[in-house]
Amino acid sequence: MQRHLISAADLSRDDAVLILDTAEEMARVADRPIKKLPTLRGRTIVNLFFEDSTRTRISFEAAEKRLSADVINFTAKGSSVSKGESLKDTAQTLEAMGVDAVVIRHGASGAPYRLATSGWIDAAVVNAGDGTHQHPTQALLDAFTMRRRLVGRDTGLGQDLSGKRVTIVGDVLHSRVARSNVDLLHTLGAEVTLVAPPTLVPVGVESWPCEVSYDLDAVLPKSDAVMMLRVQRERMNAAFFPTEREYSRRYGLDGDRMARMPEHAIVMHPGPMVRGMEITAEVADSDRCTVVEQVANGVSIRMAVLYLLLGGNEPAVSHARTTEEK
Amino acid sequence: MSKILIRGARILGGEPQDVLIDGETIEAVGTGLSAEGAEVVEAAGKVLLPGLVDLHTHLREPGREDSETVLTGTRAAASGGYTAVFAMANTFPVADTAGVVEQVYRLGREHGYCDVQPIGAVTVGLEGKKLAELGAMHDSAAGVTVFSDDGKCVDDAVIMRRALEYVKAFGGVVAQHAQEPRLTEGAQMNEGIVSAELGLGGWPAVAEESIIARDVLLAEHVGSRVHICHLSTAGSVEIVRWAKSRGIDVTAEVTPHHLLLTDELVRTYNPVYKVNPPLRTEADVHALRQALADGTIDIVATDHAPHPHEDKDCEWAAAAMGMVGLETALSVVQETMVETGLLDWAQVADRMSVAPARIGQAAGHGRPVSAGEPANLTLVDTAYRGSVDPAGFASRSRNTPYEGRELPGRVTHTWLRGKATLVDGKLT
Repeated sequence: MQRHLISAADLSRDDAVLILDTAEEMARVADRPIKKLPTLRGRTIVNLFFEDSTRTRISFEAAEKRLSADVINFTAKGSSVSKGESLKDTAQTLEAMGVDAVVIRHGASGAPYRLATSGWIDAAVVNAGDGTHQHPTQALLDAFTMRRRLVGRDTGLGQDLSGKRVTIVGDVLHSRVARSNVDLLHTLGAEVTLVAPPTLVPVGVESWPCEVSYDLDAVLPKSDAVMMLRVQRERMNAAFFPTEREYSRRYGLDGDRMARMPEHAIVMHPGPMVRGMEITAEVADSDRCTVVEQVANGVSIRMAVLYLLLGGNEPAVSHARTTEEK
Repeated sequence: MSKILIRGARILGGEPQDVLIDGETIEAVGTGLSAEGAEVVEAAGKVLLPGLVDLHTHLREPGREDSETVLTGTRAAASGGYTAVFAMANTFPVADTAGVVEQVYRLGREHGYCDVQPIGAVTVGLEGKKLAELGAMHDSAAGVTVFSDDGKCVDDAVIMRRALEYVKAFGGVVAQHAQEPRLTEGAQMNEGIVSAELGLGGWPAVAEESIIARDVLLAEHVGSRVHICHLSTAGSVEIVRWAKSRGIDVTAEVTPHHLLLTDELVRTYNPVYKVNPPLRTEADVHALRQALADGTIDIVATDHAPHPHEDKDCEWAAAAMGMVGLETALSVVQETMVETGLLDWAQVADRMSVAPARIGQAAGHGRPVSAGEPANLTLVDTAYRGSVDPAGFASRSRNTPYEGRELPGRVTHTWLRGKATLVDGKLT
């Protein structure tokens, strides 16, 4: 493992599998009457959120508290610049208070990378989503969810996602979730297909390790998992697509389309869902849809990441760490 | 005034000769010239060029003296071998009146490091709506002949057409910052493979190329000449090549950084690489070098754009666009064009002195190194190798993309009308 988690592309296959396996151990903690480990006692983690986010911040906070870390939440409305204080000053101020790790969500792509590499601070940096760049813990929790559902909770241990076919549908252009997932799923051996109207696929996508299709119906029967991305209605005003209804007709997932998926295939969504836009209520509420599971898995994954980045010498749950530890 | 004998210099890279300066003028060029009564500068092995001329400099005064002033900017220019710079109009207030251009012109003369020729704004406040008083700026003491809204594109086709037509009355030229604004809303870097991965807003090549295509056709239609600022893409090269083959009166410039750096550097998210137009791809760099070699691109211009440290010591999206360039331009050209065999030193003199002086009508600059000519000269130690240390810059700003990079060549002496502004690499 590296000292920071900035991009899903930085993870090797073995790193990623270690995180997924560790997350399975962490998940068992959630089944205990007292959902808490002493692992990060005395360590301080700041959640530095420059962008509004409810589920990601709460998920990190839950993970940190279950590991007994001291948690500071810093939420800045708007950007650091509009506040008048720079990212550098904000980060240095927090570090001066004795912070061991910074979990950062920022609207500017690359802000976590700058924080980790500019010599501004020494703390470990975890990217909780930056601009339209990366959201690595989201990709990890998605991979975790897929491995549990498509390989198996116990049989999946030590395994990757070789040969699994994953379809990601929606606003790829503006999606850090899509970028992170393409990188991580490729590393784990899955075959990824992106489906979107051509306006919502970035120029330069040809260098990504995935396929691109404009035809959802053609791809669905060959998918083990279909991940629907949120599509913001405002995109319509910038001429990315003509109307909400046309988008839904061509790229939304409804009951009929879900029926074309293989029986074992799952439907995923990073949330928040826009029901009626990219996904119908029928699909969102079906038992093939893993949205709620993804949220639960998010806590386990974030516990695993923080443990592996900051981990003390004690074993996480019950057995000693592997040779990955440095 | 005293005499100076520059002994054994390779004029434009040729055989060693002596050059005798008397007062403001070159008195003689030859071998074995007498050193009697003259201060001698030993120049064996060094290359002597006409003083360099930069058609595209941001001196920031008035308004942003925290990043550069006419004094610090012209000291940087002298340090880089320049004897004349054209100062862009995007100051605060904008150089869109005779008053502002005369102030900048006068400051340059007073400091005496480098002639400063102000560029006038095309439109009032660079807003692209209403023509500035171009004639008044031309008729002022500053004698403005180059007009540009640089930093912004004159995107309204009618305004651009009128500006091209209007300046014909006094032989002016419009220098266009080619950037289609709607195609570059939120643009942060070149649109392509790297921007797709980094999730940064794309600045597509077509936003530059479409404006250049439009403007060369406008220039043809109204019979005017047009100059294209900081051309950055292979497609732009093709359009300018086509326009020239058609007889359209177009000239174009390329910056040193677009000759050397690519958008791969943006992967560091270090805003020192953030510039407008953005760094492009390897294929673009290759096309730009070829075009500068074959004359499709006429000149090298620095787009020297100083910014204070805090405007670069931040996240990419919040950072200012631009790089300083005056003190590294010749070294970058040596590395990318001379050492690759694409240009000889006589051609470097053309691209960095003669042609920019002609396009901007800078009298007394870009002249041959021969008897009777103004003594505007630059002496270069081309054998020098060293890494770039911004701490040694004369510029007030340090936003160079070359920190720590080894570059060849060093300007050791610069003379402005016979007066040394740089001696042994030190400003006078």
